[in-house]
Amino acid sequence: MVMQRCQFALGGALVSAPDFFLTHLWLIPLFPLIGAAAMFFFGRRMSKEAVNLFCVGSVFLSFLFALGAVLTLFWLPSDQRFYQQILYQWVTPGAMPTAAGMVNFVADWGYLLDPLSCVMVLVVTFVGFLIHVYSIGYMAHEGGYYRFFGYLNLFMFSMLTLILANNLLMLFVGWEGVGLCSYLLIGFYFLKKSAADAGKKAFIVNRIGDTGFVLGLLLVSATFGTVRFTTQGLSDPSGFTGIVQTLGTMMAQHQFAYGAPIFTAMALLLFVGATGKSAQIPLYVWLPDAMEGPTPVSALIHAATMVTAGVYMVARMSAIYQLSPVAMDVVAIIGATTAIFAATMAVVQTDIKKVLAYSTVSQLGYMFLALGVGAFASGVFHLMTHAFFKALLFLGAGSVIHSLSGEQDIRKMGGLLNTIPATSRPFWIATLAIAGVPGLSGFFSKDEILGHAFNRIAMLDRYLGLWVVGLITAGLTAFYMFRLLFEVFYGRSRVPVEVEGHIHESPKSMTIPLWILAFFSIVSGWLALPVLWGEESPFEKFLEPSLRGVETDTGRIVFAHHGLLVELVLMGSSVVFAGLGIYLAYKFYLENPKLHTRVSAAWPRLHSLLVHKYYVDEIYDALFVNRVKDLSTALGLFDANVIDGVGVDGAGWLARLLSRISIWWDKWVVDGLVNFLGWLPKFLSMPVRMFQTGVFSTYAVFILIGLAVLLGYYSHHVQVFVRNLH
Amino acid sequence: MMPIGHYLFLSLALLLIGAVGVITRRNVIIVLMSIELILNAVNINLVAFSRFYGDVAGQVFALFIIADAAAEAAVGLGIMIAFFRNRETVLADEMDLLKW
Repeated sequence: MVMQRCQFALGGALVSAPDFFLTHLWLIPLFPLIGAAAMFFFGRRMSKEAVNLFCVGSVFLSFLFALGAVLTLFWLPSDQRFYQQILYQWVTPGAMPTAAGMVNFVADWGYLLDPLSCVMVLVVTFVGFLIHVYSIGYMAHEGGYYRFFGYLNLFMFSMLTLILANNLLMLFVGWEGVGLCSYLLIGFYFLKKSAADAGKKAFIVNRIGDTGFVLGLLLVSATFGTVRFTTQGLSDPSGFTGIVQTLGTMMAQHQFAYGAPIFTAMALLLFVGATGKSAQIPLYVWLPDAMEGPTPVSALIHAATMVTAGVYMVARMSAIYQLSPVAMDVVAIIGATTAIFAATMAVVQTDIKKVLAYSTVSQLGYMFLALGVGAFASGVFHLMTHAFFKALLFLGAGSVIHSLSGEQDIRKMGGLLNTIPATSRPFWIATLAIAGVPGLSGFFSKDEILGHAFNRIAMLDRYLGLWVVGLITAGLTAFYMFRLLFEVFYGRSRVPVEVEGHIHESPKSMTIPLWILAFFSIVSGWLALPVLWGEESPFEKFLEPSLRGVETDTGRIVFAHHGLLVELVLMGSSVVFAGLGIYLAYKFYLENPKLHTRVSAAWPRLHSLLVHKYYVDEIYDALFVNRVKDLSTALGLFDANVIDGVGVDGAGWLARLLSRISIWWDKWVVDGLVNFLGWLPKFLSMPVRMFQTGVFSTYAVFILIGLAVLLGYYSHHVQVFVRNLH
Repeated sequence: MMPIGHYLFLSLALLLIGAVGVITRRNVIIVLMSIELILNAVNINLVAFSRFYGDVAGQVFALFIIADAAAEAAVGLGIMIAFFRNRETVLADEMDLLKW
């Protein structure tokens, strides 16, 4: 029935009220685009209030429309929670030979709202809106106010395009759009060399990942003949193809087997893109540097939304991933490795934002671990809770930095708990949430991931390692987060005297978003509360239609329900690890602040290894960056000497030589001929001209001679005449 | 009556003197005077034949030529004065601007 209504709304001009938000899905990305365009064209002349109205207002409208659309969808039965809107056919290159036979390849410009994009769109618009509000306060004293908000709105547009895209190609457009905005915003203070470099680094590293993504995209379209994710949610699906449907048909016809190499290739190529965007090993190196951007940017782009695009994309393509156990293992192993690797680096960082950046890398690794063990819903769940508490942590950090007039070094903080209470209390909550303290969101989402990883051990022993790594990472997370908390808010104040006098609480526009995020950092995990008594998580149940994948005879990942006792033991173990981390942090940084310096002095090489981030940047420089530079230098020399030297200069020399020959020919042959023709009559007329002396006496002589000749000639007549006279 | 041959002889002598004067003298004034001699030779010739044939037309012609000579002398002297003002000379062999 709802399909009919959609059809009616799309086909006719009439809009039935209950579907208003669904039929106006396209407005959600459009609002921020209008905001960005307004900033681009008129921003310079706008007052700050006008900029706020446009840019924050546009995101708020997006949030309202997203909320409306999601609620509309939510009232439907779970299998019908799909709504797809094709605005127009965007790419229509026509017939294309594929593994599925000759098909008419089409890429729409269309939007898809299903449970997965519901979660994403709410998180992005809501957290995005709060961060926009926060930025009003944070950026108040910065130059380029309108530029900042314009970029931010452009980012929102790109991110919403990415999330709401109904096909992989359009997702890629959003994917690149957010990459561009990330570049622009990291380099927002572009006069600072480190910021400009960090922007370039992020952009280039992402390009490496995107190479894989594009190849994966091509492989997907060449195999399935379509890039549309699904035909579900279309008012009339006949005549349309979707990846999930084509895959289902192919599997049913046994065209490909479970675990076929082509699925592994697709999944891994797309995953290369995800490692770039979501900062996983080996392409995570750009994210810590990205902290050069303004703090709201770090919160929005490099913590809550953009970096989770890789997780979203893998979840979106889960139908393919589920068919390739190899790719799943790779995802899980990369995720787990990144999680623990980044967590150890976070332990020794001294820049408040760098700690959080490595923490983000680590938590993203957690999400990929979840995806890799087949718990797609848990990965997305952690994505959501992480968006809240990590955005809160970054915004809190920004508020601390703002209070300390730009100080980012935690060694120059301390004792700020009661000086800036409106910042420190939400920060406390976020720290508890990320550390996995029971009752808060991070506990639930992390516990679900660990639970699912543990579940897989029953099937395959090698998952034991992943589970253990996950547990240790949970402990490390608690440790470094409480280290940060204690260093910043507790102990003796190490703030320089000249800064101490200016410490001030941040304005309301900054602290109110903190409290709202703190609220969600607590409650967003409660969606998984029924798991405690052994029921299926409502969140997973909600997402299930999007992540169902394709029915296969073999290899389907099934999670056994473990009993209440196992569940409690699992939770207990993660709580124990988290508690251990917190206790150690307390011991090292609060009870005896000298202890950690003694420990690092005891293992100087380990400490230096961590401080230098395992020398990964240096290794990359030596292996790749400098080799590329060498290649560029060589190519530059080749260009200067061979292309310019032999080619361009040679052509110039040749042209000059030819023109000289040409000049000689023109001067001596062509002109010579003309001159000769002029000279010839002059030469021939020489004897005749001699008569014309210009002196009339000469002429008189000639006249006389002529007369004499005349008379001589007629002398006979003269004689006759003279004779006759007598 | 004197035979016509004498007149013709005088006329021829005047013509030759004039011609030689025109050819050999450098001063243009002298050249103009020599041209007057030639014209007078013609006049004598005309008048002599007018008398010889008893036809008055020859004498009328002579009168025309005298008038013509006066006009010619006036124009010639005018040219000479204009020329002298420009070149400060009246020597014929220096008047060679129309040379090849």
